[in-house]
Amino acid sequence: MFCIMAWRNIWRNTRRTAVILTAIVIGVWSMILLGSLMRGMLTTMVENGIATLTGHVQVHAKGYRADPVIENSMTSPGRAEAAVNKLLPPGGHWTARVRVNAVASNARHASGVTLVGIDPAKEAKVSFIGRAVNKGRYLKPEDKYGVVVGKALLDKFETRLGHKLVVMSQDTTKQIASRAFTIVGVFRADLEATEKEFIFITMPAAQDMLKLKDGVSEIAVLLPKEDGVAAFAQGLSSALPGSYEVQTWQELQPMLEAYLSIFNGFIAIWNLVIFIAMAFGIVNTTLMAVYERIREFGLLKALGMKPRWIVQEVLTQSLFLLLLGMALGNLLAWLSIRALSGGIDLSAFAAGAEYFGMSRVIFPEIAAGDVVLANVVVFFLGLLVSAYPALKASRFTPVKALAHN
Amino acid sequence: MSLVACENVKKTYWQGKVEVPALRGVSLAVEEGGFVALCGPSGSGKTTMLNIIGGLDVADSGRVVVDENDYQNMSQTQMAAMRLNKIGFVFQAYNLIPVLSAVENVEFVMLLQGVPAAERRERATAMLDEVGLSGKYHRRPSELSGGQQQRVAVARAIVSNPSIVLADEPTANLDSKTGTGLLEMMREMNQKRKVTFIFSTHDDLVMDFARRLVHIRDGQVAEDSVKEK
Repeated sequence: MFCIMAWRNIWRNTRRTAVILTAIVIGVWSMILLGSLMRGMLTTMVENGIATLTGHVQVHAKGYRADPVIENSMTSPGRAEAAVNKLLPPGGHWTARVRVNAVASNARHASGVTLVGIDPAKEAKVSFIGRAVNKGRYLKPEDKYGVVVGKALLDKFETRLGHKLVVMSQDTTKQIASRAFTIVGVFRADLEATEKEFIFITMPAAQDMLKLKDGVSEIAVLLPKEDGVAAFAQGLSSALPGSYEVQTWQELQPMLEAYLSIFNGFIAIWNLVIFIAMAFGIVNTTLMAVYERIREFGLLKALGMKPRWIVQEVLTQSLFLLLLGMALGNLLAWLSIRALSGGIDLSAFAAGAEYFGMSRVIFPEIAAGDVVLANVVVFFLGLLVSAYPALKASRFTPVKALAHN
Repeated sequence: MSLVACENVKKTYWQGKVEVPALRGVSLAVEEGGFVALCGPSGSGKTTMLNIIGGLDVADSGRVVVDENDYQNMSQTQMAAMRLNKIGFVFQAYNLIPVLSAVENVEFVMLLQGVPAAERRERATAMLDEVGLSGKYHRRPSELSGGQQQRVAVARAIVSNPSIVLADEPTANLDSKTGTGLLEMMREMNQKRKVTFIFSTHDDLVMDFARRLVHIRDGQVAEDSVKEK
């Protein structure tokens, strides 16, 4: 009967109940929705970072990271490749690259770029480039003079498919190496900076141009699962001699890692702020409800109801409100996320979004942990803050309570 | 031995900085089966006396023994158990729990006592029949008249088989006809079930029905008389 009393008492003042339910619904909804948007932003940031030639793990010759010049390339990558092949879990992929700083130029413009020599087939499984070419064609293994450039670079150079691009860099003999390539394909990326920075040729073309022979600058590995990265890197590091360096994407992109920490902290702070605002509403409204029922509590005590049962009855009321609010809030959040599943276009804020490495379109992403956390926080802290009005109700003396006007 | 025995009970209240002596040494004994009215003007101390007998308030000094339970040595928890099992209450107003129906209100005390659900319902409906509210089991207090609400309160007070029923101004908000009906029912309960009733009242109607009148004035018993049969 306490449950019946609690449930019916909720609806004694429907307006007040609607207010407090609205507060809970908005609280839960905003925690989950904003959490999903932020999680979506984080995911695209990480995915962009990993797909933009980082991969989950990279192997370099020792010293390359500190000074990424052609002389610090892996001249005989066979050992590293064998170790990667041995440790690679099912579903994982790897590729080798030549990566050097270069200058690209045509008749009108010149610009610093990163020249990337790739194995087209393997690279397509590891980074974004395999699916990013939307004009012309992707590189073929036999391409000696073909280059794939970004749309933004193409526009910047005021050139087009089929036209020439001269690429210049320093080779292993410390001489200037220069070659003219034909633009065979144009790629699009989420970030305009990516389109301007990278140009892709085949690895043999790069090795030939730079006199690198069989050398490569890096080996990039893409693992099937995010949570296996650290273990894989550790295993690979142990398997290779000290002349190699193995790094995870977190080490390769410390700024991204820092953004993740900031966002995670922001999500936690946001949830806390939302809850504090909601908690005041819960306490205030529950306290109002308790004071309205002072005489009733006096009657209950006069009839012999123990104080802890009064606490239980008031908390049960809060419990029902919280459960109802949480259910509606979760439903609203789910509907909102479904409605936004096509993505939120941030093109208007493209410059700002790009600064953080976010794509122009954000897709909300529900993480089970975020949903559970939002609901657990609301539920337990909601009950906790309801304890004060409940204890207040249990402490009314029957005589004073019954005499209350 | 008396069902209720009060010896030299004193109680003082504070109204701001002013000390107000509500009871100045009241001694009173009520036998089982009594139908007693504590009467007096407003502020005489009759309600205070009733509250102390009912364990809703605590005397500053003096002795109160109800059904062989000495209040002096009882904790708050024991007092609550006393009210639950031995004492029934009928108040002037706001007697019923608004969100419960008539039958649920009557069941409520039995629920606190741990009576099984089926037995609760059976006894509650029987008691409502006895107080003349057949067919109105599922009405909420807001759907009942004042007199009907008081009848439900009496039913609730009696259904748990208490030793005494304390009624504080039970007819105060009722018209004379309704009040008469209520008092007739309570007298019938008293005679049939031998439940002791103690009223706090300044209503002549209640005093007419009572078999014993204890007049309280300025916190003391001014007169204690039993009516001739």
